[in-house]
Amino acid sequence: MQRVLLILICFFIGSIASGQGKFFTKTGSISFFSKTQLEDIDAHNRSVTCVLDTKTGNVQFSVLMKGFEFKKALMQEHFNEDYIESDKYPRAEFKGQIDNNSSIDYSKEAANQVRVKGPLTIHGQTNDLETDGTLTVKEGKIFITCEFKVEIADYKISVAAFAKNKVAKTISVKVSCVLEQLK
Amino acid sequence: MRRIASTCFFLFCAFLAFSQDDLLKSLGTDSLRKNYVTNAFKSSRVINGHSMEFIGKGVLDFRILHRFGPVNQGIKEFFGLDQASMRMGFDYGLGKNFTIGIGRTTLQKELDGFLKFRPVHQASGLGGSPVSLVLVAGMSIITMENDDPAKDITFSSRVGYYYQAIIGRKFNQRFTLQLSPTVVHRNQVLLNDDNDTYALGIGSRFKLSKRVAFVVDYFYVLNGLPKEQNFNPLSLGFDIETGGHVFQLHFSNASGMNERAFITETFNDWGKGDIQFGFNLSRVFTIGKKKSKALKQ
Repeated sequence: MQRVLLILICFFIGSIASGQGKFFTKTGSISFFSKTQLEDIDAHNRSVTCVLDTKTGNVQFSVLMKGFEFKKALMQEHFNEDYIESDKYPRAEFKGQIDNNSSIDYSKEAANQVRVKGPLTIHGQTNDLETDGTLTVKEGKIFITCEFKVEIADYKISVAAFAKNKVAKTISVKVSCVLEQLK
Repeated sequence: MRRIASTCFFLFCAFLAFSQDDLLKSLGTDSLRKNYVTNAFKSSRVINGHSMEFIGKGVLDFRILHRFGPVNQGIKEFFGLDQASMRMGFDYGLGKNFTIGIGRTTLQKELDGFLKFRPVHQASGLGGSPVSLVLVAGMSIITMENDDPAKDITFSSRVGYYYQAIIGRKFNQRFTLQLSPTVVHRNQVLLNDDNDTYALGIGSRFKLSKRVAFVVDYFYVLNGLPKEQNFNPLSLGFDIETGGHVFQLHFSNASGMNERAFITETFNDWGKGDIQFGFNLSRVFTIGKKKSKALKQ
């Protein structure tokens, strides 16, 4: 009985230890914007999963492509069916590392400038991404925002001939997450 | 005791190691999330009959249908293209799962309207249904003037109704199949016909490329119509999508463009080559504004 108890306690401690220093959300926001002379396209998604390990500065994002909402149903259809092929490649992922993690004091309420590096996977294609963002510690939560640009050619996303002038070659992406402590 | 301690230590290490490996996995998998299946068909119609697909909320679908004369009339009638009947219609998506539509056909100057509702939407993941269930109810009114004084035509005798349930599944990216049991009720019929006609529709789509799909639309008429005169409507065609337009080019033995007409008034036989060319043209406009809040920073 005592042994079992001990093992259970160890498990418990172990799981606490693994959760400590980690922050997460499943309802982060991401939006992208494509601007051309003919058409502006923007879409947003409020189901970004993000986990940050404050000890290592490891930060990972995952988003379901089907969760992107467009103003026009037809754009959403083309996005899922033709461009992103979301049945084949259901999600996009980013596995980043905060460069200056050691200089961030997570116990202090402050806004920090961070630089993140890592592989970004969209449409089954992986490229390295490096971008600046802000990481704000406030009331026990961590607010992350960042903006970056994606070249659609880098991710082998081919645009139909009739839409060539309507979809920008470079897409701006905005991410905003509020992370809570993982227990 | 020591053994236990070391076991615990290993477990502890294992937990730590695991937590370092893939952060996203520490939240558990989200593959169980319900994910609705979309784009089972390119258009809200297979060819003649309704498909399990919806046009989306706030979308106005302007549809122009053309049916030409029989191809086997030869060059004299330019393979049927000299004669044409058409239906012009508007469908509007009141909600993601609710569409209303009206239309008017030149044949017998018939007005028709329908309500289309999807109580069950095919989805993958936890609790997702393997099929979609769509219910359609429609009505048609023949407005052509009665030029036979011997016939007593009242308003109600011009009216027909149809009720349809569509059970469909998108099996994979390319292949979709649906069954649609249908009942058509006509208030006034010919002497040998029944007022109620039951039919089973089979619709299928096979995608050939991103923009082109092969479609089949067939209705097996179960009762109520003389078999020597009435035939089962069979249409074969291609859906071609170009941006906001979908063209559905097809060959069919049916010339009717609403459920009452193509189920109960198909008098041509594929076996004799009495088929005709036709096309549906669909153009969508986004009317209703979707709410799009800017992201909180």
